[in-house]
Amino acid sequence: METIILFAPLLGAVIAGFGWRMIGETGAIWLSTGLLFLVALLSWIVFLGFDGETRQTELFRYIQSGALDTSWAIRLDRLTAIMLVVVTTVSSLVHLYSVGYMAGDANFRDGESYRPRFFAYLSFFTFAMLMLVTSDNLVQMFFGWEGVGVASYLLIGFYFRKPSANAAAIKAFIVNRVGDFGFALGIFGLFLMVDSINFDDVFAAGPVLAETQLQFLWREWNAANLLAFLLFVGAMGKSAQFFLHTWLPDAMEGPTPVSALIHAATMVTAGVFLVCRMSPLLEFAPEAKAIIVWIGAITAFFAATVALVQNDIKRVIAYSTCSQLGYMFVAAGVGVYSAAMFHLFTHAFFKAMLFLGAGAVIHGMHHEQDMRHYGGLRHRMPRTFWAMLIGTLAITGVGIPLTTIGFAGFLSKDAIIESAWGAHSPAGDFAFWALVIAAFMTSFYSWRLMFLTFFGAPRGDRHTHEHAHESPAVMVIPLAGLALGAVFAGMIWFKPFFGTHEEVNAFYGVPEHHAEATHGHGADDHTEATTGAGDHAEGWMPGQGAVFTHPENHVLEAAHRAPKWVKLSPAVMMLLGLGLAWLFYIRAPGLPGRLARAQPRAYRFLLNKWYVDEIYDAAFVRPAMAGGRLLWRRGDGTIIDGALNGIAMGVIPFLTRLAGRAQSGYIFTYAFAMVIGVVVLISWMMIGGGAE
Amino acid sequence: MIATDIAAILPEVILAVLAMGALLGAVYTGGDRTTPLLIWSAALVMVALGVWIGFGMSGTRTAFGGAFINDGFARFAKVAVLWSAAVVLLMSLDYLSRCDLLRFEFPLLVALAVVGMMMMVSAGDLMALYMGLELQSLALYVAASLRRDSVKSTEAGLKYFVLGALGSGLLLYGCSLAYGFAGTTQFSGIIATAQDGHVGIGLLFGLVFIITGLAFKVSAVPFHMWTPDVYEGAPTPVTAFFATAPKMAAMALFARVMHDAFGAAVADWSGIIALLSVGSMFLGAVAAIGQRDIKRLMAYSSIAHMGFALMGLAAGTGFGVQAMLIYMAIYLAMSLGVFAFILSLERDGRPVTDIGNLHQYSRQQPLRALCMLVLLFSLAGVPPMVGFFGKFYVLRAAVEADMIWLAVAGVIASVIGAFYYLRIVYFMYFGEEREPLDPPASTVQWAVLVASAAVMVFGVVNLLGIEGPAAMAAEALVR
Amino acid sequence: MTAAALAFYVFAISALTGGLFTVISRNPVHSVLWLILAFLSSAGLFVLLGAEFVAMLLVIVYVGAVAVLFLFVVMMLDVDFAELRAGMARYMPLALLIGVVLLMQLAIVLGSWTPADGVRVAESMSGLAVPETHNTAALGRLIYDDYIYLFQAAGLILLVAMIGAIVLTLRHRKDVKRQNVMAQMHRDPARALELVDVKPGQGL
Repeated sequence: METIILFAPLLGAVIAGFGWRMIGETGAIWLSTGLLFLVALLSWIVFLGFDGETRQTELFRYIQSGALDTSWAIRLDRLTAIMLVVVTTVSSLVHLYSVGYMAGDANFRDGESYRPRFFAYLSFFTFAMLMLVTSDNLVQMFFGWEGVGVASYLLIGFYFRKPSANAAAIKAFIVNRVGDFGFALGIFGLFLMVDSINFDDVFAAGPVLAETQLQFLWREWNAANLLAFLLFVGAMGKSAQFFLHTWLPDAMEGPTPVSALIHAATMVTAGVFLVCRMSPLLEFAPEAKAIIVWIGAITAFFAATVALVQNDIKRVIAYSTCSQLGYMFVAAGVGVYSAAMFHLFTHAFFKAMLFLGAGAVIHGMHHEQDMRHYGGLRHRMPRTFWAMLIGTLAITGVGIPLTTIGFAGFLSKDAIIESAWGAHSPAGDFAFWALVIAAFMTSFYSWRLMFLTFFGAPRGDRHTHEHAHESPAVMVIPLAGLALGAVFAGMIWFKPFFGTHEEVNAFYGVPEHHAEATHGHGADDHTEATTGAGDHAEGWMPGQGAVFTHPENHVLEAAHRAPKWVKLSPAVMMLLGLGLAWLFYIRAPGLPGRLARAQPRAYRFLLNKWYVDEIYDAAFVRPAMAGGRLLWRRGDGTIIDGALNGIAMGVIPFLTRLAGRAQSGYIFTYAFAMVIGVVVLISWMMIGGGAE
Repeated sequence: MIATDIAAILPEVILAVLAMGALLGAVYTGGDRTTPLLIWSAALVMVALGVWIGFGMSGTRTAFGGAFINDGFARFAKVAVLWSAAVVLLMSLDYLSRCDLLRFEFPLLVALAVVGMMMMVSAGDLMALYMGLELQSLALYVAASLRRDSVKSTEAGLKYFVLGALGSGLLLYGCSLAYGFAGTTQFSGIIATAQDGHVGIGLLFGLVFIITGLAFKVSAVPFHMWTPDVYEGAPTPVTAFFATAPKMAAMALFARVMHDAFGAAVADWSGIIALLSVGSMFLGAVAAIGQRDIKRLMAYSSIAHMGFALMGLAAGTGFGVQAMLIYMAIYLAMSLGVFAFILSLERDGRPVTDIGNLHQYSRQQPLRALCMLVLLFSLAGVPPMVGFFGKFYVLRAAVEADMIWLAVAGVIASVIGAFYYLRIVYFMYFGEEREPLDPPASTVQWAVLVASAAVMVFGVVNLLGIEGPAAMAAEALVR
Repeated sequence: MTAAALAFYVFAISALTGGLFTVISRNPVHSVLWLILAFLSSAGLFVLLGAEFVAMLLVIVYVGAVAVLFLFVVMMLDVDFAELRAGMARYMPLALLIGVVLLMQLAIVLGSWTPADGVRVAESMSGLAVPETHNTAALGRLIYDDYIYLFQAAGLILLVAMIGAIVLTLRHRKDVKRQNVMAQMHRDPARALELVDVKPGQGL
């Protein structure tokens, strides 16, 4: 079954990509979509029927060279099962949605066949993503990692006639290269230390790595910390965390379904998945975890601030995605991996829905993306409005405080905020406050989007507004499907993801004795627990079960014991944000402009995204371009070409002419040359030491 | 004793006797009308002898008091010589008949030259060496001026003869110095006198002069000057012959003398041969660029290739000899194909040799142009082709013998040399439109061209098994 | 100094002189004559070595046949040797330099010449062992026994030379009447002649 799940999208991609001439455009589209729905169905069966026991299915051997032994294998555990459901569900719904969205596109000429190609890319992306999540070793994972990178590149640049789309695609690829460099270094480092890149061996080596020093960049590092950090650099690139986030907003140049699938629900969460997957290593790398918390919190805060002032509807959601990914990293960084996965799970539904809803709006508004030109669309597209409203309620975290009743985002986001508080570390405290403020801003910008788009008076081009229309059924049905997830996913799966320790462990297939051992070590006998790796081996092994938590890791319990004000804070922030947005955009629409004029510096700072792009441009892009130009013009052009041309067009022909002149045609010249040759050879031998 | 001696040289005896018998037969019967028959039978006999020598003989035997050695090395060279000579004969037939050059003496001269080459590669004595060399050379001098009413052809023969006499003189002078030092002309005796490591300066001078004579035969720089003129002037089939079998024989003789007679003084001669090698590679590459005549171009090409083969010899190791043999075998296969192509170039019934005629050849003859492309790539040493592996072997031999500088020079020279091969490719595929050439007629030439190109492509698999025999041959020589 | 030694030096000096003047004399006919002197002197040296047969061969074959043939060829071919030498002056300095270098190197060899261990070298003319057997018989034994292989090879070389000479020079000219001995000998009078009885006054 897992094999079918894995390879059906590939089959769809190949047939749609290469065989559409035979089965026709429509056939290719519906075939790949149908396969995806089949895969989604199977994934749900796998997810619901999964017992938590890790299963490995070897498909075939890949590389065997010395100690390096890699095979293509499917590793099925709870993490994989969650990701399977997320990926295939969103992907199948996006496929369906794209049937409507991509029907007629002004970016392509009449009669040009682009749809089979689009669906082939989508299916190929799904295959690569599944390859990533089902991998049993780091090489296979890297394959999937790069595969989704390629698919992302192809899809961002799908409108290849738009220079901005091409630039965005290249930017995404290059920024991801930076992250991948760290990821690759991490893989190399793990292979160097563990002599294997199979997950089982790597996980088992966690305690040892924590005790090992590694020489890197002229100094000694703790191996576990260093390697965990390097892997996290890879995750930063893929998940658009601060410093490497710049590609994500630009990636919105791609078609909106792509943004929903790749840049909201699945690919960007690969980094979170990687961090959770590597939990047995991470648990022994406290410094690396602290860094993850810092970066995640900064990202969540930073992206939320930027989202406050953006006017492009997709960019708002893109920054929102960026911010939510920061939440997930905070959860993973404090050691509550299940909370991270919980948010990943719920976020996939409501964020994909927001994107698809935005896509429907854009589609209905003839590809107008500026929210300032929207307004009052609630009457024109009611179904889209309701979908967006559900998505907004989910992302802002609407629910009944202190209970487990609420929209999906309410449960998972609160879980993260409580976990951050429960970490009781400097990084955790910082993260807690950053996330709470970010929650306020999330609420504000989400409602701002809603109010600007669907409420108030129509703004902008009248003609466009008059022709604004509701989307066809193929685009609304996916919205309905995702809405179900956005409403109920949190309530249904709250206990397995963020229940008691036992519930979570059972969900993730962590063996019982592990749980007992955890309880055996109280917070009091701290000294005994810190005695180190010696007793790790006897009681339990890292790597049994999908995630691993250190015996000293009691963040989950601490989060549950958080005081009421902590648990209430997100809800309060949500209400504050809603209120402010209502004040700004419904009650007194003139206020935002006045505020922007009153604080021009701050406004421009946010509007220009903290000037990160400009700083990178000055710090990296320009010097690199200048260096490249120097090497090209001077190094390649003048020195290399010059030298080669000089030799090839000056020296060699000269020698050729010389040789031609020596070939005089007279025998005595030839004989003379021979005699000279004899003398030279004899002299050479005598000088060369032949004659003693 | 004499019976076992005769048995050892039976292939040579058979070939010589058949040649003389054929001479009588042709004179007394049809004269030049028998030439096609003679060519075919001579080729068949050579192929059969090659099969016999290659597959039916084994071990090392000496005859005539050490003057004749029949070992694995000699057999490898003989097979290569016999088969390449046979192929040249077969593909000459068509050309000779159309150029009215169908003299019955031609196959006989080739057969006697081959006898001389077989004696050369089996020589175990300076005198036997000289006899084989002269038998071969004399036949070639005559063959070069076969088209006696052409000024160029007679000039080629005369030049070759006079310079060859000078080369022989230098060789003989070296032989006499070696004899004066060692007191014997036998290789085994000469190497025995130098066995204790001390090599007299007289012997070294003899060595240098002998190298000079041999370098003339393989046309290594600076003893190469005759090559372009002779290649251009001689009738094309003769040129094809010059470029193949005698080169193999001379190179084998070179290795034979260096290792059998002077194997104790490797350090003394490897530097000299390396010098010859570098000179040949560079001159061959540089001078060929200026050539418009494809025969002259092939002359320089063969000079460059001999430079590479000498690189293997300069390594002075068994592996070096193996590399040299592999290189030569590949070179023979390539040259035969290229000359089969050159022989087929005609316009209005007259042979043409200017490379300007090849413009847009791929339009007229796509398959032939493709074969030629493969062969030229192989000559240039472009990787997927077999020619690359020949170069790879000799370079490796040089590197393993700590002659990095030589290997580097070889790589640079092959880069320069690639230019003129690729220029022909350029003409064939991207040149400007010209008056087309005549459609080629000969099936044999076509078959040789295609077979040679096929070998260049499919030999990649395991070099068609040439490594094993070459290794055995090298082992027989360098013990 | 014995008579033999005196004769050796006389022959040796005249052989060298002959060789030198063969190369440098301006008149080609003179060159050939000097060559004959060199051959004759060499023959004398062979006599001194006790190799009468070879000495006589040299006189008969080289002096009597080869050199005389050269003489005819040189006299019949109208070659302007002065013209051929015209370019010599240009190359003379370099040639001299090369020659001097080569000569010096050969002098070094001569100066430090030692044969290999165990090689016996005759110290003087008198030290040579005079062969016991008859000169011709000894040569025959060498040529037909020890060196039969080389001798036959030499034979092949000469055959090739013959073929070459014929190939390059023999031309069948159609416009020349040739004598056909066989046809002449096999002429039958009965067929060649027809007797006709001619009646007087009638004619044929």
